[in-house]
Amino acid sequence: MSGNARFLWRRLSQFLPVILLATIVVFGLVQLIPGDPAVTLAGEFATKERIEEVRRLYGLDRPLMVQYGAWLWDALRGDLSQSLLSSKPVADLIIDRFPATLIVVVGAVLLSLAVGIPLGMAAATRARSRFDAAVMAFSSFGVALPSFWLAMVLVYWVALSWQLLPATGSVPFSSAPGDAIAHAILPAIALAAAGIAEVSRQVRSALIEVLASDYIRTLRAKGLRRWRILWQHGLKNIGVTLLTVVGLLINRLLGATVVIEAVFAIPGIGSLLVHAAINKDFAVVQGVVLVMVLIVICLNLIVDFLYAAIDPRVARG
Amino acid sequence: MSMSEQGASGPGATVETLLSVRGLSVFFKTRAGETQVASDVSFDLRRGERVGLVGESGCGKTVTGLSILGLLPRGAARAAGEVRFGGHDLLAAPERHLNRVRGRAISMIFQEPMSALDPVFTIGRQLSETIRSHFDVSTREAQERGIAALDAVGIPLPRQRYFEYPHQLSGGMRQRAMIAIATVCHPDVLIADEATTALDVTIQAQIIDLLIRLSDENGMAILFISHDLGVIAEACHRLVTMYAGQVVEDAPLDDALVRPRHPYTAGLLASMPTRQKGARRLTSIPGRVPSPADMPDGCRFAMRCTHAQPDCRRAAVALVTTGPAALARCRRAHELTLAGVAA
Repeated sequence: MSGNARFLWRRLSQFLPVILLATIVVFGLVQLIPGDPAVTLAGEFATKERIEEVRRLYGLDRPLMVQYGAWLWDALRGDLSQSLLSSKPVADLIIDRFPATLIVVVGAVLLSLAVGIPLGMAAATRARSRFDAAVMAFSSFGVALPSFWLAMVLVYWVALSWQLLPATGSVPFSSAPGDAIAHAILPAIALAAAGIAEVSRQVRSALIEVLASDYIRTLRAKGLRRWRILWQHGLKNIGVTLLTVVGLLINRLLGATVVIEAVFAIPGIGSLLVHAAINKDFAVVQGVVLVMVLIVICLNLIVDFLYAAIDPRVARG
Repeated sequence: MSMSEQGASGPGATVETLLSVRGLSVFFKTRAGETQVASDVSFDLRRGERVGLVGESGCGKTVTGLSILGLLPRGAARAAGEVRFGGHDLLAAPERHLNRVRGRAISMIFQEPMSALDPVFTIGRQLSETIRSHFDVSTREAQERGIAALDAVGIPLPRQRYFEYPHQLSGGMRQRAMIAIATVCHPDVLIADEATTALDVTIQAQIIDLLIRLSDENGMAILFISHDLGVIAEACHRLVTMYAGQVVEDAPLDDALVRPRHPYTAGLLASMPTRQKGARRLTSIPGRVPSPADMPDGCRFAMRCTHAQPDCRRAAVALVTTGPAALARCRRAHELTLAGVAA
């Protein structure tokens, strides 16, 4: 398995430069935001002297490279500095808020796969039938549907009119798992609509191609049952496509939670980010964006590793 | 008159008929309606017998092979007629019954061993799943049988190859693995659809030898589907020639080689390269196969036939008996003396 080892090493060696680049971008992005952070920090009606004092205090008077180096060094040790508003460590804020986001995103991904895969499979095995056309129409609709709009519709009907599920808020999973899941259902559905559409569409087109291949005919010639051909050989052969879709989906959902958390008043990192951005709490913005970027990069790395696990030919390339 | 009641070279006349294709017609659905790609195809396969189904591409030989196992593309094709096997008509049998026959009693191997094997499953997994879908055996037992099957088809280091993926094997080894998968349940019939066409000539000969050996050892009947008469001449007992969707000749191989009764078979023989010194230049059959949508009423070969007479084009030609176990679809089968190849 030296091919696999080489493949993993190559991916890992690309990983560090990408992360370094990401930190530069995250740091630089905040510098591009209009307005002087020292002015913001000093508060309203601050004197010129006070602003300069604040600037020195936070090290904002140092060259950018030095600021970046100090920030990176702290970040490497897990210190994402303090919130400019609450003075709480940014890392702690993120750790506090992250579970609420995680439960919604994971729920949305699971829902997308649980509904999207069977739907795509059913459509592929009945390609060009009326059922297939219906699934594809639904899928186009799902992709086009804005998640925040769906979120508001769900809150109005399911939560407020029928009182089936809580409308807003979030409960820590560790204290009341059942309640936590109940709170996560509606936001997860709102996020999953696009995911279901995307997954079913990709599964369908990849599977149609696989089902037309020679090896599927061989499997039929061997006397394998239909469901086995579909769920074992079909699924594993579209595995690479599916992984790509799931990787992209999680990336997209992490971004989309920013809006969804606002609609459902969920105290996750999305709402943390929005709140920080509105209040020009640059330290928090920087920290949250950095963490999100790191998650996405790590996720892509995991996806790459899984490619090699699913498809033995990937490692050779 | 059924072929099985008559003598032929190869297995003796008393050997039972295993598979009997009767009046098989295959239709493809097209936008313009249905086109018939095989018409009224009939032939028998007896235990241990190796029959060659030969013809140019598009003559209906592959769809005939696929129809036997119900493997025609779903929804796009339809088969009529009968495929008698084990007291059942496979064309009318439900999927459940077909799944018990496929891979167990009748197996099939295909032209391209790379695309015919699932690229993301190991050779071993593709063997063991075949065994386990027909026999109630443990994973361990299936593995042992699978490794034995790889060994039986002459794959070196079978215990190691068992855990490898198709792309790790060479073309010849892949086809051997494919044959191992097809024969691991010791089927009565193997359908080999252009099984050697994609391989190098030396590998081709090895694979043919392997198939002959497996057939002789286990009494497995083989239907060799090929456009290459050389392959069939080497391996088969009987030759069934197809042209434009019809069987045009069905005769014991030696008879057909020495004295073909249909001008098309004679044409195929003449276009076969020979190893004889001072052999003639290769000849080809002029003209093209008529399209399925535009079949002539009379003899389908008439427009390319040097022996054709006006009568040939008038009405459809039936198969006539030309020998103890031989049929030909030619009005002049009894009067023509066609050149074969030296025996």
